[in-house]
Amino acid sequence: MINIWEVKETNKMIEQENLDVRTITLGISLLDCMDSNLEKLNENIYKKITTVAANLVETGEEIERNYCIPIVNKRISVTPIALIGQSACKTSEDFVTIAKTLDRAAKTVGVNFIGGYSALVSKGMTLGDENLIRSIPKALAETERVCSSVNVGSTKSGINMDAVRLMGEIVLQTAEFTSTTDSLGCAKLVIFCNAPDDNPFMAGAFHGITEADAIINVGVSGPGVVKKALEQVRKENFEVLCETIKKTAFKITRVGQLVAQEASRRMGIPFGIIDLSLAPTPAIGDSVAEILEEIGLEYAGAPGTTAALALLNDQVKKGGIMASSYVGGLSGAFIPVSEDQGMIDAVETGALTLEKLEAMTCVCSVGLDMIAIPGNVPASTISGIIADEMAIGMINQKTTAVRLIPVIGKEVGETVEFGGLLGHAPIMPVNKFGCEAFISRGGRIPAPVHSFKN
Amino acid sequence: MKVDRTIITVVGKDTVGIIAKVCTYLADNRINVLDISQTIVQEFFNMMMIVDLKDSLKPFDQCAKELEQVGEEIGVTIKCQREEIFQKMHRI
Repeated sequence: MINIWEVKETNKMIEQENLDVRTITLGISLLDCMDSNLEKLNENIYKKITTVAANLVETGEEIERNYCIPIVNKRISVTPIALIGQSACKTSEDFVTIAKTLDRAAKTVGVNFIGGYSALVSKGMTLGDENLIRSIPKALAETERVCSSVNVGSTKSGINMDAVRLMGEIVLQTAEFTSTTDSLGCAKLVIFCNAPDDNPFMAGAFHGITEADAIINVGVSGPGVVKKALEQVRKENFEVLCETIKKTAFKITRVGQLVAQEASRRMGIPFGIIDLSLAPTPAIGDSVAEILEEIGLEYAGAPGTTAALALLNDQVKKGGIMASSYVGGLSGAFIPVSEDQGMIDAVETGALTLEKLEAMTCVCSVGLDMIAIPGNVPASTISGIIADEMAIGMINQKTTAVRLIPVIGKEVGETVEFGGLLGHAPIMPVNKFGCEAFISRGGRIPAPVHSFKN
Repeated sequence: MKVDRTIITVVGKDTVGIIAKVCTYLADNRINVLDISQTIVQEFFNMMMIVDLKDSLKPFDQCAKELEQVGEEIGVTIKCQREEIFQKMHRI
């Protein structure tokens, strides 16, 4: 039987080390909602979401009470709207009506975010895809809870540079459309390479077309728990360090597995995957950067950071994979700047730069995340940053993403406050040299060879 | 019906009658105690009980809420959690 020390260990993780389940995300297929009549399509979407997700929040809260484990977010992801809306939406304006329907449905069922205002254009764009992409700035400005993502590249098909160029403009436009709220719209927009179909984390969650009608995906968390465990093994060698991370990741993930199974059983919806990500929050003691410091770095960004992050990410996966029957999503360590107090400190101290963050994304999930940059950066430069990050994903057969926030009216040295889980961020300097000629070439970068790995 | 195990933890400043109060509540609601262990850590009273809710007169949520109130009355924190969270984390 369970003993008192085991009970105390679990409860200490929850009460003192910020162990929580970050999100239960209910994936809902909207394929059966398609209609060529826009009004009917919107009605179908609203009905489907509010029916399938009717008791999502209630179920989540019930599980929280049963196990005394906080489930921070209950969210919904849907089939990429570019697919669902193509036959009904003739213009970008038409797509915005769907964004509003998603927002309304999210509010009705009480979830804080709904993801899937998305297009998958890794090889090419249809007119419908392009209309959706062009509608993103308005859609994000006029809704509160809708999240958007665009997949512009993959290892199998290369990088769609037309889409990369367009997304640079769209990110900037989204920033301008939401300039009164410090360009918050950009926090709800992710550009992906190799986007997973089953990611439960926002803003990049969508319900892939290979998925079932409805599915429960769970994202765990717990940087604070890993950090506390590592405090016990200071000065020990790498074997001890790695074993400690692995064991801790196992325990954290088991809680996620339990919550996913319970949510699945109680809602009668199949369990999809657990996302093993270590997801930080701005709360003290809930930071991935602090883990890196505990591993032995003065600040995140110091020499050794990429190696430390690589081992952290790998051990989290090794521990987590055994703890869960199905693993998927983004699974790794997140390094968002504004959502991680240790990262913010590292940037403010001058230890962490955009270039180092880019290097770090080679070995972890997911990418350049929640990074505030000056609002006067040209669209082509944003496209250039996106292209670099997509190339890392394409060549390394991993998911990479970009969530940059060009804050209109703000310069390097200033700070932007997003509030809540999104935190605050210092505006980071961007390389001033241009890439306009590169970005304006048009077309796509071919898929890479899958051999000669050098 | 198989057992419906719940873990009750009581943490707080040690005082007379903590176990008595909790056990009285459990007995009144036909909740069977399967195991008790108790320890004092840094002058704090720590108790864990494994109980079986299968014949309980009240559902889990209500028991959890009422036990929390019992705790407030005697100045300790009482928490009810279904056993699976501990089983999952500590047993393969």
